[in-house]
Amino acid sequence: MTIDTLFRRLCFTCAILLPVLLLCIFASLAFHSTQAWKTFGFSFLFSTDWDPMTDKYGAFPSIVGTLATTGIAMIFAVPLSFMTAFYLSDIPRHSSAPLSAGLDLLAAIPSVIYGMWGLFVLVPFMQTKIQPFIVHTLHLKNCPLIGGEYNGFGCFTAGIVLALMVIPFISAMMRDVFMMTPPLLKESAMGIGCTRWETARDIVMRYGLRGLVGAVFIGLGRALGETMAVLFIIGNTMTIPKGIFGSGTTIAATLANHFAEADGLLKSVLFALGIILLILSFTVQILTQYFLNRAKAKRGER
Amino acid sequence: MKRRSPVFRKIEERAARVVSILILTVSLGAMLGIIGTTLIRGLPVLSWSFITQPSKPYGIESSGIANAFQGTLYITAMATLITLPLAVLGGIWLAEFGRNSRLGNAIRFCANVMMGIPSIITGLFIYAVWVVPTGHFSGFAGSLALGIIMFPIVLRTTEDMLLLVPDSLREASLALGMNRVRATLQVVCRSAKSGLITGILMAFARVSGETAPLLFTALWSNSWCGHYFSGPTANLPVLITEYTTNSPYEAQHAAGWGAALVMMIVILALNLLVRYFFTERKA
Repeated sequence: MTIDTLFRRLCFTCAILLPVLLLCIFASLAFHSTQAWKTFGFSFLFSTDWDPMTDKYGAFPSIVGTLATTGIAMIFAVPLSFMTAFYLSDIPRHSSAPLSAGLDLLAAIPSVIYGMWGLFVLVPFMQTKIQPFIVHTLHLKNCPLIGGEYNGFGCFTAGIVLALMVIPFISAMMRDVFMMTPPLLKESAMGIGCTRWETARDIVMRYGLRGLVGAVFIGLGRALGETMAVLFIIGNTMTIPKGIFGSGTTIAATLANHFAEADGLLKSVLFALGIILLILSFTVQILTQYFLNRAKAKRGER
Repeated sequence: MKRRSPVFRKIEERAARVVSILILTVSLGAMLGIIGTTLIRGLPVLSWSFITQPSKPYGIESSGIANAFQGTLYITAMATLITLPLAVLGGIWLAEFGRNSRLGNAIRFCANVMMGIPSIITGLFIYAVWVVPTGHFSGFAGSLALGIIMFPIVLRTTEDMLLLVPDSLREASLALGMNRVRATLQVVCRSAKSGLITGILMAFARVSGETAPLLFTALWSNSWCGHYFSGPTANLPVLITEYTTNSPYEAQHAAGWGAALVMMIVILALNLLVRYFFTERKA
């Protein structure tokens, strides 16, 4: 065997290690969660119990909390990122470059610092300023999703922190989509008298829709699995949040909170939660890749 | 198409601009807010003893973060050491041998998917396959968890950087009679060097702030890292978590901000270094 073949095989082994690792992650989580699935069956997904005394557990509050915080984060992050990308692609390069660099640095700050900032700065601010304003000044307390109770913690605040975390990612990718739209299309739009905003909305958005959706899904995937930023702020009660200001928990926060002290059935339950989160984010990632590949294919066709 | 009045369109255009400027200000303002808060609350805590003393239980004077810093360094360095050769070789396979093959595409797809998997899941995985069989938490388990996060990142950047190297360079070196190994390592990898370094530094910076995977693997301790392979190992992110959430004391909150400041400075410095390398490569 020549050294070339040897090298080739060595490289191949390393490359194939990656899918193997991915399979191993699935397999080990599935293996360790069998006890939970056997005990509760699929009703585990929709059960709201969480009682360590009687060993009854359900995943529903965690799942609802995860989806709620992610949803709130995306409601804020998507339009904000789109506008940011719109602005960044529109101004001359020498002034957009430092702003883009700033956004990239924002993406580099560790999530635990976002969590701290949320806990010590944003939570008191929400509690004393924003939430009283929404509930009392705007009289929205009878609105079904909002409710009159608030204490600063909860899904809404967590969603805002998540939004701040994912905006840099989404807007950087959206900026690329804006940049990659063929100049000819944009110039034609300008030529027939479209304003910049109309060009962005009617030309770039239509042309790069798949890329934009891919960018949104990238952010979605990050928000879904984020642990630390949410853990500090969500309130960590094992119940379904009463409204958007209500405390709750997410899958990742439940794992982080209970895992170290758990054993027996509870540990298995936490592994089951882990595999639910894994499947959720796996699905999101596959959709992301689908949209990004479609976007790439479209650019290739040109 | 419906006609719209020019006045309305002009107003809409102005509004879009104003709103987008406002939004950019808000997101950059939030960043400055976070950095500023960390500076304001962290700076008063910083002192010589804070960065040279190990952390101590509450109430003991001259507590610091040196052991956590040391632990973070050990854990991330070991993660890099384990993952680097594997990921770079894997990337070489994708770029040099598996180009356009079905298996290559499948592996690339897996890598992209794996980059988006929540970091806490890798902690769970390592807990299941390393902490449970060995019977104890350890800094090494933390390294393994971070290594899994680094793996797809380094693999994909290696591939991307090698693909930037023109094929004529490969053909030229093969025509000179080099074998594939030498052509790949000495010509292709060398000309992609700064790109590779960028990728590695980026992955390093990314995982050095990761907290979630360390919660169930490295855990946390107040001692120096003598038990890197056999016992809980101190590290900065978990120290911050402990001090912020599980402590009622103001002094420990303040120490948490100090630790956060140190971590943020290191990570932002790493990122600036990456940018420096990256612009070097372009020039």
